[in-house]
Amino acid sequence: MNLRFGEEYEKLRESVRAFCTESWPLQGGEAELGEREQGILWRKRALEAGILYRTVPSEYGGAGAEPDVMAETVIRQELDRAGVPHRASVQGTHMLVPTLLECGTEEQRREYIERTLTGELLWCQGYSEPGAGSDLASLQSRAELDGDEWVLNGQKIWTSNADVADMMFGLFRTEPEQPRHGGISYLLVPMSAPGLDVRPLKMMQGGRDFCEVFFDGVRIPARNIVGARGDGWQVSRSTLKHERMLIGDTHASRTSFDALVALAREVRKDGRPAIADSGVRQRLASVAGYLAAQEWAVARMLTAMHQNRDMEVISELLTTKLSSTNLQQQIAKLALDLIPDAGLREPAPDEAMMGIRAFTPGRWVSQYMFTLAQSIAGGTSNVQRNLIGERVLGLPRDPRPPAA
Amino acid sequence: MDFSLSEEQELLQSTVRSFVERECDPRTAHAVFDGERTAVASLWAGLVDMGLPGLSLPEAHGGSGRELLDLALVAEELGRGAVPVPFLGHALAALVLARHGSEAQQATWSPGLASGGVRATVALAENGGCWLPGEWGAELEDGRVTGRKTFVPEADGADLFVVGCRGGGLALVEGGSSVRVEEGSTLDRGRPLYSVVFEAAPAEVVEGAAAVTLIDAASTLLAADAFGAAHRLIRATAAYLQTREQFGRPLATFQGLKHQLANMVAELDPSRGLWWYAGHAFDHAPAEASRAAALAKAHITERAQQVARDCVEAHGGIGFTWECDVQIWFKRVMFDRLWLGAPDAHRERYAALEGW
Ligand SMILES: Cc1cc2nc3c(=O)[nH]c(=O)nc-3n(C[C@H](O)[C@H](O)[C@H](O)COP(=O)(O)OP(=O)(O)OC[C@H]3O[C@@H](n4cnc5c(N)ncnc54)[C@H](O)[C@@H]3O)c2cc1C
Repeated sequence: MNLRFGEEYEKLRESVRAFCTESWPLQGGEAELGEREQGILWRKRALEAGILYRTVPSEYGGAGAEPDVMAETVIRQELDRAGVPHRASVQGTHMLVPTLLECGTEEQRREYIERTLTGELLWCQGYSEPGAGSDLASLQSRAELDGDEWVLNGQKIWTSNADVADMMFGLFRTEPEQPRHGGISYLLVPMSAPGLDVRPLKMMQGGRDFCEVFFDGVRIPARNIVGARGDGWQVSRSTLKHERMLIGDTHASRTSFDALVALAREVRKDGRPAIADSGVRQRLASVAGYLAAQEWAVARMLTAMHQNRDMEVISELLTTKLSSTNLQQQIAKLALDLIPDAGLREPAPDEAMMGIRAFTPGRWVSQYMFTLAQSIAGGTSNVQRNLIGERVLGLPRDPRPPAA
Repeated sequence: MDFSLSEEQELLQSTVRSFVERECDPRTAHAVFDGERTAVASLWAGLVDMGLPGLSLPEAHGGSGRELLDLALVAEELGRGAVPVPFLGHALAALVLARHGSEAQQATWSPGLASGGVRATVALAENGGCWLPGEWGAELEDGRVTGRKTFVPEADGADLFVVGCRGGGLALVEGGSSVRVEEGSTLDRGRPLYSVVFEAAPAEVVEGAAAVTLIDAASTLLAADAFGAAHRLIRATAAYLQTREQFGRPLATFQGLKHQLANMVAELDPSRGLWWYAGHAFDHAPAEASRAAALAKAHITERAQQVARDCVEAHGGIGFTWECDVQIWFKRVMFDRLWLGAPDAHRERYAALEGW
């Protein structure tokens, strides 16, 4: 056990730090650009410098480096610390790009990867449908080949960012005679295609983020398929092993916990700072236990993955989503109890948006609701519980629907 | 960065684990609970053979110079097996001596502690749940200790006591005529507790911040023990539910139970790193050690206790019987949670250390 990163990684840390200081914030005329343009510009430079997405081959804009979870961790720590706009939308960078690297054609990789990494090209994920949520394989939206075009009909729902995305990667039924998982293909759909209609849905906390997407005879080129016909389910699974890279991210929890402690120092309870109240101290320390546990669990997973001993941390890997969901919810609940009056007011529109901004009272109210989305999106908490029961404890699988 | 065990540590752990699996199946623990204590001596002798009593003592004095994390790995396995041995008190006393004993004290005691010829324990608690150094009232005057200590583990037959004194100091007291051990009742019969009365017992002071060492180490070992016990309980309960049938099918096929078990895993399993880190910090990041130990003790023993309660429920009526294994591990965890003070005291200690 050695919790220092060692000389090699500390050097890397230094160089990332130096790059950040030099490159951000943008100067002169560049500082006048909009937030999105500034982000794109900065990410282009960071890609060229070999700091972002370093394992992506250089032909597609990366640095072609060997995978090294420790290096990724050091880099991410420094980027977070510097507050640079390193996160482009995850649907593109963490789902689509790894899938193209694994299953895409040369042409698809050249066309999409680099612009996705910089954030020039925004993606949305078209999986869920009104009738297919947890049981995704029951999806019904279909695509039929007509000459050299796919013709799409059907509906997607809960599609995050569909209203701002340029492209969708989605699952469509192409082989209706095949059973469930067998008949699905993974298609790339330009959101500007005629016949495609996006209707934003208002979320419970008042913000807009996810949408309904309707397909009425939408035509896309036949080559916009990733992997073979009917292999879409497998193709979408190939993303999963890359999603592990996301687990090293306890940054959001740590940031909101620090904000919670600051809040407890600031607000008063019974005439003194809330943080002096023994009940509040107990709850804070209890949440601190969950947070530290999660951080060390991540450290253990990173080490094990680095040593190719993933199976030894299967329990940590499979509990991480449920644990961080519970943790974020506890933080939000405690925050709201510190500012109960705020919970009677509706958050302002900018406070109802996703993503961590300043922690105003209204923002905590949104967060109180928004952390619930974590128990739903990306595989519900119950689905996680099934996985844990089956894969960690070896309990029998739930009954599956008949293969029809 | 490497947050994993060394090969040496993995070997230590697997050696202890196979010893426990071989020598201490649940029937052994049951026998001890039923008053048949013959196994205790042979299990302790087995630990002595593996060199565990002297694990933390310097090699020059017959020990193996290992760290708190190594002791905690042993504690995890003893908790997993609910092994009824006088490890906790002895390991803590030896560690205090190894880290804070004078040359002379070490020369006198370490070889015996390492070989198992001398058995030691720690006397901390006093009336009314006074566990922590600021609350100790035993008087140390002119080289003599006077006071009454409670919940002293395995005091019966102990040769050496590390005693917490007023002002937060520690003293070494040899068993003898001025040390009276009183029988008490203990919920976890695998680790009997006693009251000990020191009547102007001859004592030697242990210099330095030895009490903090003792509290941090004890917190870490209790957390590791509770982790091992609860980890096993979850797996044992899952196995039981695969065999027990109701409504014409194994209970494990009911999703309600599957989810209850999955929740236990999600609550407990990720916390392993808390006690690993507390053990590591103790030797390698002293500024962090107390915080890490307080958090590990509070968080893990709380989680483990809830797991144990839920496992009783998941067993149904059989889970509520004396004959069922679950009660033994349940009480093991109760000891870990309450000895050295309940979790709130450790959460408060953590909060104060954070400067809250
Ligand atoms: C904020 C947000 C953003 C999202 N973004 C996207 C996106 O970008 N793209 C996309 O494709 N989807 C997205 N989703 C959709 C998300 O993936 C689905 O909501 C999720 O998979 C659950 O499906 P469902 O809503 O149909 O719920 P259902 O599957 O109907 O589930 C309802 C309830 O039943 C439980 N349940 C279901 N099956 C089981 C079972 N076998 N055992 C026990 N309990 C079960 C669930 O846990 C849940 O509590 C998003 C959702 C949210 C909330």
